[in-house]
Amino acid sequence: MNISEYKDVLVFIEQRDGKIEKVSKELVCKGREIANTLGSKCKGALLIDEVNDDLNELFHWGLDELYVVKHKSLGEFMTEPYAKAVTHICKEHKPEVVFFGATSIGRDLAPRVSSRMDTGLTADCTSLAVDEETNNLMMTRPAFGGNIMATIICPEHRPQMTTIRPGVMAMLNKDESRKALITEVEVPFTNADSNIEILEVVKHGHEQVKIEDASVLISAGRGIGGPDKLNLLGDLASKLNGEVSSSRAVVDAGWTNKAQQVGQTGTTVRPDLYFACGISGAIQHLAGMEESEFIVAINKDETAPIFDTADLSIVGDLNAVIPELIKILPNREK
Amino acid sequence: MNIVVCIKQVPDTNEVKLDPKTGTLIRDGVPSIINPDDKAGLEAALVLKDRFDAKVTVLTMGPPQADKALREALAMGADDAILLTDRAFAGADTWATSMTLAAAIRKIDYDLIIAGRQAIDGDTAQVGPQIAEKLELPQVSYVKELDRDGDHLFITREFEDRMHKIKLKMPCLITTLAELNEPRYMSVAGIMDAYREKEVTTWTRADIVIDDAALGLKGSPTRVKKSFTKAVKAPGKKYDVDAAQAAQIILDNLKEKYII
Amino acid sequence: MNFDLSKEHLMLQEMYRKFTETEVKPLAEEVDEEERFPVETVKKLARYGFMGIPFPKEYGGAGADNLAYAMAVEELSKACGTTGVIVSAHTSLCAAPIYEWGTEEQKQKYLVPLAKGEKLGAFGLTEPNAGTDAAGQQTKAVDMGDHWLLNGSKIFITNADYADVYVIMAMTDKSQGTRGISAFIVEKEFPGFSVGKKEKKMGIRGSATCELIMEDCIVPKENLLGKIGQGFKVAMKTLDGGRIGIASQALGLAQGSLDETVKYVKERKQFGRAIAKFQNTQFQLADMDTKTEASRLLVYKAAKKKDAKLPYSKEAAMAKLYASEAAMEVTTKAVQLHGGYGYTREYGVERMMRDAKITEIYEGTSEVQRMVISASLLK
Repeated sequence: MNISEYKDVLVFIEQRDGKIEKVSKELVCKGREIANTLGSKCKGALLIDEVNDDLNELFHWGLDELYVVKHKSLGEFMTEPYAKAVTHICKEHKPEVVFFGATSIGRDLAPRVSSRMDTGLTADCTSLAVDEETNNLMMTRPAFGGNIMATIICPEHRPQMTTIRPGVMAMLNKDESRKALITEVEVPFTNADSNIEILEVVKHGHEQVKIEDASVLISAGRGIGGPDKLNLLGDLASKLNGEVSSSRAVVDAGWTNKAQQVGQTGTTVRPDLYFACGISGAIQHLAGMEESEFIVAINKDETAPIFDTADLSIVGDLNAVIPELIKILPNREK
Repeated sequence: MNIVVCIKQVPDTNEVKLDPKTGTLIRDGVPSIINPDDKAGLEAALVLKDRFDAKVTVLTMGPPQADKALREALAMGADDAILLTDRAFAGADTWATSMTLAAAIRKIDYDLIIAGRQAIDGDTAQVGPQIAEKLELPQVSYVKELDRDGDHLFITREFEDRMHKIKLKMPCLITTLAELNEPRYMSVAGIMDAYREKEVTTWTRADIVIDDAALGLKGSPTRVKKSFTKAVKAPGKKYDVDAAQAAQIILDNLKEKYII
Repeated sequence: MNFDLSKEHLMLQEMYRKFTETEVKPLAEEVDEEERFPVETVKKLARYGFMGIPFPKEYGGAGADNLAYAMAVEELSKACGTTGVIVSAHTSLCAAPIYEWGTEEQKQKYLVPLAKGEKLGAFGLTEPNAGTDAAGQQTKAVDMGDHWLLNGSKIFITNADYADVYVIMAMTDKSQGTRGISAFIVEKEFPGFSVGKKEKKMGIRGSATCELIMEDCIVPKENLLGKIGQGFKVAMKTLDGGRIGIASQALGLAQGSLDETVKYVKERKQFGRAIAKFQNTQFQLADMDTKTEASRLLVYKAAKKKDAKLPYSKEAAMAKLYASEAAMEVTTKAVQLHGGYGYTREYGVERMMRDAKITEIYEGTSEVQRMVISASLLK
């Protein structure tokens, strides 16, 4: 492996139903920044059966070139055809760095590709930098259930691959003057590549609001006392134009569903306002919300660890405080 | 039907706490457990064993104390247990780990390999798919439901926004989520058998066919440059007042921060 | 002398704790409040081998030992005294005598399903006029040639009505005194057998404690357990083993109440600090912990002696005597340290205190235990 042959940042552009996922745009922004530091280009790889979205936006966020592979086996995600296509592009174009979103697709695909290419892969990265001395990528990620951060390097293998946590990389520096350059790529697929058969695709109901998109979250912990209390939190959420989320304990108890789970094994959120109601503040939960702009914690137990992270700590009974707050809140127009 | 279940013994990271004075992890007294996603995989294998009389072999790569995790698996009902242990394996990243496990699995008869989605210490979710790649097997991750008909598996696979209902032919590899099932407890007889009737087979580097260059720290394309605990954020203000006052304080703060 | 638990016992302890935490603890309050026999828990206990812990696998048991059994009753009782006694009465008082004195046919027919938990067992010795004076049996068993005919009643029988199999003592020859008592295996369905009124009790309220009524109860000839006239010996030896079970129950209750109290005193604040900071609290807890640990050592020693097939009657009596009195003391202190809240049913300690009292009474009162121990000293 001759390292110097590898150049440019390649971003795996994830699509579902032909629509580009938000995480891919975040990764293009970050890819642009890293490419600038390395003095190279930022490219994308899109696998699709039918394009259904505005690809120009990707260039506005920073792509120099987009490789598109169009094939009937690439509509719904299947590991083998996707792995084959991405590997093909990587072998042809030898990127120095490859980004995948740490989504269920990305975290399934990336290990397969990195293993096929006998290179290293870092999982669930939350911050990236370039080492000044070596020009190696420094990929920092949570480990040990979110208790520690580890900085990983892949010094002697290329490409340096990483999956990156959605909702973490900021979307900045949109340049609408950037021109699109789309290159179609042929990949020699065979029938054997479709080694699993998708019998049915069942989409989750539309009531599933993405908590990572909410700017206000009212979050429930076990301390709320019971599923009926969620109505109270829902009322507060309505007043503030927010959504209801929860800790893992509440999901495990069956009061909310997984899509509402905030934390290390749930979703990472960065809302403007995060209400932690009856949440003790276990580290796995903090890992998913500590970057929130403003954290208000309400808990009966004054020794609850959440108070060490909250910007505003209220020791009290949420069943008393929240109704009072709802009374005095102005009605919010969005 | 032969099933190989890959498990990992991990510290119960839900119980790990930060020492507020030193900022380092308190690892003492933290119990070791079978990684939850792997345990669900083991339960799935045992259900198949109950229904189809399958043979279940558990495999782990780890230090000698991983024996306890294997005994627990045997006590739950697994038939055979293999401990893959050698100094040469130490420091392996996921690539080297999957190479080593794949080399061991090549020595075993299997129709299905089950691995947990991710370990609660490494949190990478990479080893399962990488094993599948090295063994050139189809893989399905995030399995939520699992059924078998002859040499086909019928699987429901979970994404964030949808599910796929999938049919695939064995041999293959699947990764399981802890939410897949409620693992059974060990039984009293099972525990006695695990220590008195059943055996844990130990394999070292000499027992598998693999390049030295693929082993351990030296064989790992990635390495840890440094690790650190996150800075403890300066605490905000705390109030212990009655409900109406608390509500007013919250409102004032939100106005101050232009959130309203 | 090694005080460490073996790997198997440590793993058993781990499993017992997980099971208790998830399956038993959440129901404890309701079982007590509604005086409800936890049928669903018993099914789960059976599935995991709790109902036949010390019996060999060839008889449907788990192939473990009496120490493992004692530890199981201890762990279950930490959360729920009722659940602990269900397992204890079934194992020590019904399955065990059949294991010790049963013929091969009787073991196959009764011990196997009992050990597997497919059937529940109970023991009938106590009568309205025969408590501590157990030799005063008035239930009669008459040899009718091709069957036994039993007449009489038993009271305070644990697991009654839910049990399928009962080991019952009856007088076969009054003129022989204690040597005139014999033991029988009686099935619930035998004609003439019925379960009478259910007692309303101070504690272990989920445990079914009832009267047994035998009116010309027909018991097959082959259901005599042991030899004729051996019944009193069967009963006394059975109670020796049962004492280990009850001592374990008492131990669990003491430990459970201590654990709850330690949690509470760290949280409860008075005079500006947690009450755990006051020396009185600390000293009380020290005494509670020491007595509980002493109970544990006596219980485990009795169990190990039984496992080693050494005489253990005195050790079992000491364990039962000490652990039950300690449990009463520890659970009472636990309520006290919880203050007013400890007296309410919102906290579990009042239940544990109510549950603890019976351990000083059944399977031989503390007075009986003192008789056994002193007799051993003075012989």
